[in-house]
Amino acid sequence: MEYTVTLLILMGISIILALSLNLITGYCGQISLGHAAFYGAGAYCAAMMTKAGIPFGVALLAGTALAGALGVIVGLASLRVRHDFLAITTMGVGFLFLGVVRKQDWLGGEMGIFAIPDPGLSKTAYMVLVLVLAALVAAFSLYLKRTWMGFAFDAIADDEDTARMVGIDVPRYKLTAFAMGTALAGLAGGLYAHDIKYIGPDSFSFIESITILSMVVIGGIGSVPGVIFAAAALSVLPQWLQFIAEYKLLLYGGLLFAVMRFSPGGLAGMARGMAARARAGGAP
Amino acid sequence: MLAFELTVQGLVQGSIYALIAVGLTLVYGLLRILHVAHAGLFTLGGYFGVLITNATGSLPLAILVAMVVVGVLGILVYRLCYQPILDQPPYVALIASIGLFIAMEEIYRLVFGPFGISYTDAPLTDTVTLATLNLKQGEILTMVGTVVLIGGLAVFAGRTRMGAAWRATVTDPAMAESFGIDVIKVRYLNFFIGSALAAAAGVLVALLNNLVEPTMGSVPSYKALAIIVLGGLGDVRGTLIAALALGVIESFGTIYLGTILDRDAIAFAFLIIVLMIRPQGLFGRA
Repeated sequence: MEYTVTLLILMGISIILALSLNLITGYCGQISLGHAAFYGAGAYCAAMMTKAGIPFGVALLAGTALAGALGVIVGLASLRVRHDFLAITTMGVGFLFLGVVRKQDWLGGEMGIFAIPDPGLSKTAYMVLVLVLAALVAAFSLYLKRTWMGFAFDAIADDEDTARMVGIDVPRYKLTAFAMGTALAGLAGGLYAHDIKYIGPDSFSFIESITILSMVVIGGIGSVPGVIFAAAALSVLPQWLQFIAEYKLLLYGGLLFAVMRFSPGGLAGMARGMAARARAGGAP
Repeated sequence: MLAFELTVQGLVQGSIYALIAVGLTLVYGLLRILHVAHAGLFTLGGYFGVLITNATGSLPLAILVAMVVVGVLGILVYRLCYQPILDQPPYVALIASIGLFIAMEEIYRLVFGPFGISYTDAPLTDTVTLATLNLKQGEILTMVGTVVLIGGLAVFAGRTRMGAAWRATVTDPAMAESFGIDVIKVRYLNFFIGSALAAAAGVLVALLNNLVEPTMGSVPSYKALAIIVLGGLGDVRGTLIAALALGVIESFGTIYLGTILDRDAIAFAFLIIVLMIRPQGLFGRA
């Protein structure tokens, strides 16, 4: 039971994290290879605050706000550079975050932060909190898709220049996407820090950014159910099956490659394709 | 005198960056793909270098074999991984490439072991003193080797018919094709040369550190991406300048910025500052 609870917490955090990147990369079409930096910023901020005696709820919100503020700054970069340049810039942000944190003694340096205070909830209550937040983020994502803002995101992802031409305020929506996505990553970070009770620079490395990206990509860029499914499966499978844990990175890397090579729409794309074929009455 | 030593050390490191980054920028120039898995081939070059040197005792042979075998593997990576997805949006190839790179590192870990391998009898470790400067023979070989390889590439691209076909294809693929150039063959050539240079860099790094490990490609890989962006994506001359400049900046930065930033973040701090001022890179044209 205890073990199931631990797994469900991990799964909930992964779902929040993957959906947060999905807002930026899936909805708004802005590729980010440095999402772990915001996850980390939220985690460090919340952990430092609860260690200083500030209540868990306040710390969690502060981590969310800090990550979102940093996200706006990086979002400003997305107004300057696009596509491949943006991918490399966001990757750079990830490395810069790590490079700075590693050298800050007050953030624990290479060693990280130990003994993060308990949020004062039982393990099961914490699980409920994480899962409720994950459900809220999912509901928010689905709601967003149906609003004018969701439409604007879609237009920008599709073709930025055309979106500009029809009068969509592209910079504003891009910044909004970055702010929302990175703030939610910060929320996930605060939840993670108070679950594991230890964080260090290695928890938020480039590989972590790629892990988050692989959940979005394998699930199907932009698809909420696909991303949730992939985040749940990819976070829990390596824990469940020990022999997978050994080859976790090989699995992530291999899947990432295979999905892009054979079905760039991800699992959601595959499901849509199958549904379309079924509707066509089994005709090839 | 410290400044001079730091500059030379920076140039040694910059030479390695240059050998790796040239292949990346060639691929980008021709196909608009950010070929992250390039660094996986670099690591493999290092493994071949150590294994063949240990087996035969000949470093030149090891460099040659590593370059040829990895060059051919580079062609295979293009043929099997990139060619089928060329008509997809650019992020598809980028993410596929990252996945491939991570998988490659894991395969090296499983095949060659997690702790890395070394030369049993490391060649070229003697120190040479030039005026006040102490340099290992391996470091001299790195710089000389880079000049020879890049110089050879420049002669090949500038003076031969095949080189002319190559440059024509980079400038305008459709036009080149209508003049009877086999564009596919040019792509193979491009991947062969880029990967062979990366393999040479791998052997040289193995020599400098006397160690090859599965993850030795990670940091150069991401840094090389920063370098080609600084160099203006696809611009070989800009890439070379950016690589050498970054090597030197890093060696000074480690001394003067070491307390606030670690070495690997310096490259990206520099990159972000440059991109915010000049979104097309240091040497790119708008």
